[in-house]
Amino acid sequence: MAVIKTPNNFELDNSGRRVVVDPVTRIEGHMRCEVNVDENNVIRNAVSSGTMWRGLEVILKGRDPRDAWAFVERICGVCTGCHALASVRAVEDALGIEIPYNAHLIREMMAKTLQVHDHVVHFYHLHALDWVNPVNALKADPVATSQLQQAVSPHHPLSSPGYFKDVQNRLKKFVESGQLGIFKNGYWDNPAYKLSPEADLMAVTHYLEALDLQKEFVKVHTIFGGKNPHPNYLVGGVPCAINMDGDMSAGAPLNMERLNFVLERIKEMQAFVKNVYIPDVIAIASFYKDWLYGGGLAGQAVMDYGAYPTKPGDKSTDQLPGGAIINGNWNEVHPVDPRDPEQVQEFVAHSWYTYEDETRGYHPWDGVTEPKYELGAGAKGDRTHIKELDESAKYSWIKSPRWRGHAVEVGPLARYILAYVQGVEYVQEQVHSSLARFNELAGTEFTTSVADLKKVLPSTIGRTLARALEAEYCADMMYDDWHRLIQNIKNGDTATANMEKWDPSTWPKEAKGVGTVAAPRGALGHWIKIKDGKIENYQAVVPTTWNGSPRDPMGNIGAYEASLLNTPMERPDEPVEILRTLHSFDPCLACSTHVMSEEGEEMAKVTVR
Amino acid sequence: MKTLILGIGNLLWADEGFGVRCVERMAQRYRFDESVELMDGGTQGIYLIHNVEEADNLIVFDAVDYGLAPGTIKVVEDDEVPKFMGAKKVSLHQTGFQEVLATVMLKGSYPQRLVLIGVQPEEIEDYGGSLRPVVKAQIDPCVEIALDYLKRWGIEPVEELEDKRDCIIGSEALALDRYEAEQPQDRDLWAKGDPRVLLDEDVRFEPKKVLQESDMSVCLHQQRVK
Repeated sequence: MAVIKTPNNFELDNSGRRVVVDPVTRIEGHMRCEVNVDENNVIRNAVSSGTMWRGLEVILKGRDPRDAWAFVERICGVCTGCHALASVRAVEDALGIEIPYNAHLIREMMAKTLQVHDHVVHFYHLHALDWVNPVNALKADPVATSQLQQAVSPHHPLSSPGYFKDVQNRLKKFVESGQLGIFKNGYWDNPAYKLSPEADLMAVTHYLEALDLQKEFVKVHTIFGGKNPHPNYLVGGVPCAINMDGDMSAGAPLNMERLNFVLERIKEMQAFVKNVYIPDVIAIASFYKDWLYGGGLAGQAVMDYGAYPTKPGDKSTDQLPGGAIINGNWNEVHPVDPRDPEQVQEFVAHSWYTYEDETRGYHPWDGVTEPKYELGAGAKGDRTHIKELDESAKYSWIKSPRWRGHAVEVGPLARYILAYVQGVEYVQEQVHSSLARFNELAGTEFTTSVADLKKVLPSTIGRTLARALEAEYCADMMYDDWHRLIQNIKNGDTATANMEKWDPSTWPKEAKGVGTVAAPRGALGHWIKIKDGKIENYQAVVPTTWNGSPRDPMGNIGAYEASLLNTPMERPDEPVEILRTLHSFDPCLACSTHVMSEEGEEMAKVTVR
Repeated sequence: MKTLILGIGNLLWADEGFGVRCVERMAQRYRFDESVELMDGGTQGIYLIHNVEEADNLIVFDAVDYGLAPGTIKVVEDDEVPKFMGAKKVSLHQTGFQEVLATVMLKGSYPQRLVLIGVQPEEIEDYGGSLRPVVKAQIDPCVEIALDYLKRWGIEPVEELEDKRDCIIGSEALALDRYEAEQPQDRDLWAKGDPRVLLDEDVRFEPKKVLQESDMSVCLHQQRVK
């Protein structure tokens, strides 16, 4: 293949050496990535393949729609609550059920808690090791680390030299035990790591602090959802009653004491995100100021359904407004309607499924999932042991969702670009102050002009920063939700569920609905068709399907593939840069696909040909 | 002394649900004092760190690909557990659980006693399916093994006369009996009519070669009981 230009303006050249990474590690699920590098080790072609298959409709067809949330909560270990919420929303939409205001606020707080929790865990536990070298942290001077911490996060109390010395000793013991455990999937002498030993030690320390705090955060789910893991959801509202004077016995209704406990957790989230998480991301980013790769599709095409309305059901009050940006035009945001059969469509020309006419796409309500596993003529290896994929043919178990035929990126960065250009002041202020801080630490001079923002935001670092900023926004919004809930209860409203249409005899013979959620990884939609009180069809289009999608029939590449292009690799056999950019999307293959390859590897296996 | 009894796995994937089904059964049949917690850990992976950290005694139920005949029970203790869980991975969450143990070690709060009660799955590539009979038959024996350990640690539960209705899994739609009874009736037919990957011989999960018991370096349950 010579150089080809895709309709969405990317140049692909697969003539250079091929690097195969399979599996991509530190993600949920199974994924494979192949790239071609030129003579300077710059990535010129990228191929992302989901190596698992899933079929949600298999488990849900014929079940009671009121139970669907419990099943979808189990499809993945990470975003349990997002699927449950999308599911109850889809059923309520189909049946025309309006939930009480209290239920709306409680669901908002559960969703935002999940967002904060997931973003914190993702950054410190799944992504930090792409930037931070824990082995290098052993060389750090604890006194200098303490000074660094006080400069970077002046409001964080844990900063004494003795504290860092203690963490360093524990780390040393752990590394010397020969069992690197969580740190073993690393390339610790690769020059792609840029932090000073002190910054490395500070980040490792915060990794341990994040572990301690995340368990506190999720207690919000235990209070509102009755239990955790796997909190309870309810079609029509939330499964907890309110009685402000009630006692604290197990299973008793929500009372003031429990609600105050929730408020304390919200304050903890605010403090950690503001004092530790965001300062860490910006400080780390400043060491990588020359590494603004990884933007890919983000600068030109992003999409979200919109989330966090202050008035339930009124999309115009979304605090993170949705929409679609295409062709890099930040001056125009197109409205997005998940019910319109012409907008969200899934294509399979390069996926291991078949349609009668593969030049067209299907809206999820009419979704078809018929597998067809075949490798292209140019593939190397055999059907069970693929050495090299042929991306001109079918090559992934992920379908290709498109918005009006456009490949789009979804996720926190997409939501932040959409909010920024639509004038959400909170978001603009966050972006401006982060940029100012970055300039201060890195010695750069980026302005807030659109031209400069387009250099900085659509990047791997920008994606990681947007996630941190979104965590802060969610924690702050939650604080408001909490006060609105208390006010509403004080006004005498204690309703938490609308059970008028609980009985299937009140339902129409046939109904269809859609539920959307701003999941941590991006736009999530569940589409349901109900017939005779049972589920007739159920389709979920999840964020990783959007971002990890293979090429479509028109030849457009998806967000993962686009993000890897033009990135130089220090050492092609050590895919630090590939992992760093892919991890910035927080890939979660468990719900976009289903297990096929059962052999796990200790380390990302890399082959260079 | 805190004891955590944890079932892990995905109950939507046939035998992968074994661990969760064991704690479900224990919760239905027995009542414990407050020092003992039964938990349906699902595929929560690293989110279970704090639960493990708080435990002095940890019992884990799981479906583990030991390379044995389907339905074989195998119990592994203490230091053997992480090695064992890392040796082969049948499922997504096992990567996660090995990491959980490593992280807890780094934090210096590793459980004093650790027991993995595992059963060899027969089928995990049946999305929406339930436990295979040979695996389902091992729920009660595995619960007995756990009770045996608890007894040695001085923990004796109260037996419920009738199965408790409150289901540890949360939604009763997922409780074993209802999950199986309400499976779509045309599930198999429909699956065959639509040549799904799960039934496609070219791409389906190939069970591993069954090892002879004598090949195993770690004690089998049958040899362990004295």
